[in-house]
Amino acid sequence: MLLRVQNLTLARGGLPVIAGLSFAVGPGQALILRGPNGAGKTTLLRCIAGLQPPLAGDISGAAERIAYAGHADGIKAMLSVSENLRFWAQVFGGSDIAEALDAYALHPLADRLAGTLSAGQKRRLGLARLLVTGCPVWVLDEPTVSLDKEAVAMFAEAMRHHLQAGGTALMATHIDLGIEAEVLDISPFRVTAGQRAGASDEAFL
Amino acid sequence: MSIWSYANPVKFLALSIRVQPFLWTAALICLATGLIWGFFATPDDFRQGSTVKIIYLHVPAALMAINAWFMMLITSLIWLVRRHHVSALAAKAAAPVGLVMTLIALITGAIWGQPMWGTWWEWDPRLTSFLILFLFYLGYMALWEAIEDPDTAADLTSVLCLVGSVFAVLSRYAVQFWNQGLHQGTSIPVTTGARTVSDVFFVPLLICMIGFGLLFAALVLYRTGTEIRLRRIRALRARMERTL
Amino acid sequence: MIALLTRDLRLALRAGGGFGLGLAFFLIVTTLVPFSVGPHTDLLRVIAPGILWLGALLACLLSLDRLLALDYEDGTLDLLLTAPLPLEAAVSIKALAHWLTTGLPLVLAAPVLGVLLNLQPAGYGWLVVSLAFGTPALSVIGTFGAALTVGIKRGGLLLSLLVLPLYVPTLVFGAEVARRGASGLDVSTPLLMLAGITLGVIALMPFASAAVLRMGLR
Repeated sequence: MLLRVQNLTLARGGLPVIAGLSFAVGPGQALILRGPNGAGKTTLLRCIAGLQPPLAGDISGAAERIAYAGHADGIKAMLSVSENLRFWAQVFGGSDIAEALDAYALHPLADRLAGTLSAGQKRRLGLARLLVTGCPVWVLDEPTVSLDKEAVAMFAEAMRHHLQAGGTALMATHIDLGIEAEVLDISPFRVTAGQRAGASDEAFL
Repeated sequence: MSIWSYANPVKFLALSIRVQPFLWTAALICLATGLIWGFFATPDDFRQGSTVKIIYLHVPAALMAINAWFMMLITSLIWLVRRHHVSALAAKAAAPVGLVMTLIALITGAIWGQPMWGTWWEWDPRLTSFLILFLFYLGYMALWEAIEDPDTAADLTSVLCLVGSVFAVLSRYAVQFWNQGLHQGTSIPVTTGARTVSDVFFVPLLICMIGFGLLFAALVLYRTGTEIRLRRIRALRARMERTL
Repeated sequence: MIALLTRDLRLALRAGGGFGLGLAFFLIVTTLVPFSVGPHTDLLRVIAPGILWLGALLACLLSLDRLLALDYEDGTLDLLLTAPLPLEAAVSIKALAHWLTTGLPLVLAAPVLGVLLNLQPAGYGWLVVSLAFGTPALSVIGTFGAALTVGIKRGGLLLSLLVLPLYVPTLVFGAEVARRGASGLDVSTPLLMLAGITLGVIALMPFASAAVLRMGLR
């Protein structure tokens, strides 16, 4: 399994943000995206997850093998932690949530309603969701937001485990996780003035 | 040269600016001729008296109210299939014109209905269908206004137009079933040619219908031009921001 | 798919807004009608089928803006879109959950409210039948409206404006069945039309809903 992106051009709100981006991530590898705010990291990740179409270019690596985690975790406040996890496990065709609860030390919270969790605990639940999907490709947008040091370590451990098992990860993050990963700065691919990228508003110029 | 080359906004705008003066002039001539002829040079109907003359506004407006929606349906389809911006913007531009046409048809109908049927409003299938059409126009325009991203707005309104068309037809049959109605049948059946309107009334009516059609075309072109320019400003602004 | 259905039903039960609110609204609308038209039992008997249909329709409309908006706000829709579940199936399930929590209770409550409005004895059966055939269409069409307005802040009013015209055919035939049933006339034509619309809508509308949802979430 391999995630390959070739000559990708992306737009946000009809305006081009990224042009001519190419990279490939193989099994057992992680790629970290860097770039200032507004560089198009979130747009790129959403596009790879299949939430929005690219203007041009190719993404190979089937979309149904991707587990995506964005800024919101899709957690229902009125369901317990284990009910939340079990729902996503069932949607992705699994049912075992014990391992995911273990990885993020959620066992003591398993029967609490998710609405009573702190922001960091919710985020842990959101990351635990990745484990129950069983998808080999993780596409993560700022996964460590609102996590404390210990939780970040849990995430790094889970990531290491995922990569060892032959998984792939693509993430936008600013902190150092202490895992082996390539870093890709996307700012050189930003669309500059006068450059035509094929975004819809450019048709009017 | 293929007709699709005019899907380019710049080319379309240039062409529409060249065509518009002719359209406006032709529309004005047709409407002036048709309306003056119809209002002052045709005899009163022996049963309806002079109220019959409202037909010169009522029928063409009703015709254009339906055709405007039909045009929006086609341009929406073109946008969904071929992604030509001009097409989506033309649909957006046509909606308020269609809305006003529907309103004219409803109001003139009410004015005619008062002396003829003895009531301003009757829950007749045709009247009701037009009222529903009016609601569809309102919803369509409101959806355009509510969405910020222009491409998403074009996508969503196009699907609404398609689904709305199906439901508009369904509603038409539903209300026909629901109430048989007072409104007379069509006086100018195109397919059978057995028209029940005498030439004295028909010729000025035909001129009025052509005039309304031309007026509609001119208004839509004008409004599409405005929409294209607005998008152009947006694109230029974005480019400026990127330079800064 | 069953997971999504049970989750939605569980949420509706726990949040309390599901069954309770729609039913209470239906009751209030029905109670207010005699206040607005006067306490004439003869008049009420005539308009009862129509009022009950309109009340059920409005009660359905009431909960539509939460149908997808909550899942949009907390990111569930994004995640569902990336899940291996077809979005067409997901919106169908959401519509089904909406019908089970809103439409079905209304169908069951309608005869009780019929008593309040002095509905004719012959009308009860056809009222329930017409609502049972018609309310699924209301949920499915409503899901389309909810999908259209999902990304729009305070889209509730817009949702009503978009959905209500689409409800016209269902309302016309549904209320016609209830009305004809109450006065002992033959109901087969409107009933068939109503069932046809409902079936057609269930079969085709999820594709439109899923399409607009994908567009809106981009």
